[in-house]
Amino acid sequence: MNRVPTEDQQLCTFFVAGRTFGAEVSAMREVLTAQPLTRVPLAPQQVRGLINLRGQIVTAIDLRERLGFPPCDGKKAMNVIVEGDDGLVSLLVDEIGDVVVVSADDVEPPPDTMGDRARDLVRCVYKLEDKLLLLLDIEKTIAEVE
Amino acid sequence: MSDQSEMDEVIAEFLVESKEGLDRVDDDLLTLEKDPSNRQPLASIFRAVHTIKGTAGFLAYERLQSVAHAGESLLSLLRDGERAFDPEVATALFATVDALREMLAQIENTRTDGSKDYSGLISDLERLLRTSAGPDDEAAAAPAPPPSVAAASRAAAPAPPAPAAPSAKPAEPVVALPRAAPATPVAAKPAPPAAPEAPSDDGGERDAGAGRPPGPSGATTTSGAAPAGETSVRVDVALLDKLMNLVGELVLGRNQILQFAGLREDPAFQTTSQRLNLITSELQENVMKTRMQPIGNALHKFPRLVRDLALICKKQVRVEIEGENTELDRTLLDAIRDPLTHAVRNSVDHGIEMPDVRISRGKNPEGLLLIRALHQGGQVTIEIIDDGGGINAERVRDKAIARGLITPEQAQRMDESDLVNLIFLPGFSTAEQVSNISGRGVGMDVVRTNVERVGGTVDVTSRAGKGATVRIRLPLTLAIIPALLVGQGQENYAIPQLNLVELVRLEGDLARRGIERVQDAAVYRLRGNLLPLVFLDQLLSGNGSRPAEILDREVVNIVVLTAEERQFGLVVDRVADTAEIVVKPLGKLLKNTAVFAGATIMGDGSVALILDTAGVASCASLTSKTAKRLLQLNGQTGADARKDATVSLLLCDLAPTRTVAIPLQTVVRLEEVPRAALERLGDSTVMQYRGDILHVLDLGGLLLEAPAADEAPFRLVACRTAGGRQFGLLVAQIRDVVNRPSIAPLAVPRPGLLGSVVVDNRLVEVMDVARIASETIAFASDTEVAA
Repeated sequence: MNRVPTEDQQLCTFFVAGRTFGAEVSAMREVLTAQPLTRVPLAPQQVRGLINLRGQIVTAIDLRERLGFPPCDGKKAMNVIVEGDDGLVSLLVDEIGDVVVVSADDVEPPPDTMGDRARDLVRCVYKLEDKLLLLLDIEKTIAEVE
Repeated sequence: MSDQSEMDEVIAEFLVESKEGLDRVDDDLLTLEKDPSNRQPLASIFRAVHTIKGTAGFLAYERLQSVAHAGESLLSLLRDGERAFDPEVATALFATVDALREMLAQIENTRTDGSKDYSGLISDLERLLRTSAGPDDEAAAAPAPPPSVAAASRAAAPAPPAPAAPSAKPAEPVVALPRAAPATPVAAKPAPPAAPEAPSDDGGERDAGAGRPPGPSGATTTSGAAPAGETSVRVDVALLDKLMNLVGELVLGRNQILQFAGLREDPAFQTTSQRLNLITSELQENVMKTRMQPIGNALHKFPRLVRDLALICKKQVRVEIEGENTELDRTLLDAIRDPLTHAVRNSVDHGIEMPDVRISRGKNPEGLLLIRALHQGGQVTIEIIDDGGGINAERVRDKAIARGLITPEQAQRMDESDLVNLIFLPGFSTAEQVSNISGRGVGMDVVRTNVERVGGTVDVTSRAGKGATVRIRLPLTLAIIPALLVGQGQENYAIPQLNLVELVRLEGDLARRGIERVQDAAVYRLRGNLLPLVFLDQLLSGNGSRPAEILDREVVNIVVLTAEERQFGLVVDRVADTAEIVVKPLGKLLKNTAVFAGATIMGDGSVALILDTAGVASCASLTSKTAKRLLQLNGQTGADARKDATVSLLLCDLAPTRTVAIPLQTVVRLEEVPRAALERLGDSTVMQYRGDILHVLDLGGLLLEAPAADEAPFRLVACRTAGGRQFGLLVAQIRDVVNRPSIAPLAVPRPGLLGSVVVDNRLVEVMDVARIASETIAFASDTEVAA
């Protein structure tokens, strides 16, 4: 696991299917409330649709689907906008959490027992006081699924 | 006179391109120095130098060409891993780049590449070629500036890397000139503007055409020296991009305001928004124009290029250019210059045969190279068509296997068109000899890399012995296009109007009865032609089989579209409106959904997907093979590369138990006619058909001697004889179109029969209807004359 960070860093946290995920603050562009989605027929499964972000068209990825969790029970999803290598991508999450500072001392590789799909996208796990925080590999998350 | 100015334009273009290329080479060389194992910059350097060499050759700059050639040879060794990249090589390559720059500056000022002697540099490069084992005793003298120094000195500009030329002729310093002594052009005539321009140092060369060289002297060039006219300004394309995006958003804002305006009664607000509307439209149009250029700008250099190239190859080639006014976004234009040059070069060098070969093959000794540009299906298509020998698929295959690009097993699974497209693989070259023109294994892969970088595609089709066509398709990104908005379910979709032919609305009875089926494909009779139908809801649900009740609608909206010369009807729920839309590309996650060309933002801020007509057509054909066959049947399919390999046959029932096949190539059209339409004219049956009298043969009557029941309407197959005469065949039922590799001949030939094929485990006779008709109708028309 050479992708495990060695320094303290600031993470923006969000919740998907009851779990806490984090991503480097530097990777995030902004956070939005639920947006009208345009469905894209024939698109890959994880693509929920397109949103209009001030004139830019942003692909919205359903993180539940991407991570292999069951679909959301109809609640409106929040948008976490991140920058991909060919434009902006929105990650649909259940809820947005705080920005937290995590220490490199608390880091562990993702446990082997995690679901395959999720483990592939989680770079490491931070042991916070009251919960575990999974650091999401944004680049992989928004990459094409073969 | 105009010839001269055209030439100037070509040269100016070459200068700009080459200088940009060399800038990149500088960067790449530095990268390479830091990490010699990185192969990517090497390939890029190689291409840049290759392009300069090639173009220099056509423009008859021999010095430039020879230096570039020597450099390229060395690069070729590096690329193939036969020589290690060491400081000495780096120095020599930097020196080459400097020498090229110097000559380019010279060309810019005097239109000649000067009289300077670069033999020292060339012999240096050649020595490096020979000592390919690596640094040895002889080399010891040269690597004076170690890599870091070389890099540093380049950054510091004034001190050029010491020329690695111990053996150079003492007369001229090899590379020291360009920066150290700006005002000493060695050329015979020191043209006045040479001084400020010549230095062309690291900051300056980017400014090729601009009249403000930030050269050390700071002096502005005098009168005639400014290569670009005073009325134009060079603007960064990135800035234009940004402007374009902003205007796009302004257009969307305008659309929203117009919607508000429609709801409000305030006259002042109405007037203001109208003005905003007009200004925005004009602004949009003009900003668009700043980015559009006729493709002719990139094409006009080819006739000359081909001419020179043909001279070198001792071939005769005529160039024709079509569609030079096709406008193309500037970024796209830039992106295709290189690929086009390579493709044209390849066609002349490899495609078109020597005159004597052409004569022996019964062709005009003068080959034809057609470069054609057109807007097609929301894309810009550029075709480079030669009438040469085509591409030998087997040779391509063998070469690809020999080079380890594919395995023999892979090759087995590939058909001919896959094989010829292997020429786009990096490192592929079928030329036996390394020629000065092409054949170093760069070329077609450059074409592909560059075209794909701007989101385009390139493919090649070859007709053995008849020539090859390289087809480059470029997307229309960034464009604002008129579109038709249609609704399907909850969503709206935009269809580029470019692809729109007409709208058909069927109501009530017509809606229920108008749509018919051939096998499982739905068709609509549009003025006598069978129009294959694609149902948008079915297409978008990805569901191939479609329940029949879809046809039971009160209203059917058919959008008649054309894609790649074929027409089809798209059945949608609603036809909403037309609008100007800004095409925005889809993210890479959605790149593979061929049905969509992009997305756009509607006036209300929602996102609508743009349907890609060609993508829709191909998707639909996949789900319904019969629809595709029908497309062929309507005779509107143009380029089916593999059509030659098979025989298409139309299956018809003459009676419930009797099925025959008719070669599809003789079929012009299918119709249903009531029996009442048939009339007698002497001994023959005729009908009035499209303002003409059509002779009709009752195939059932001829073959079975038992005409079908009188009251049943007939299916009429309109056919054409070899002589071009039309005639009709009456059949009871049209079944299907099948493709067969060949027709099995009969053991005992019978007139009127071509042979037989197997369909559904049954033998079906293939009728030679053209022959039957010419015999029968000839007889009939004779009696007509007699009567």
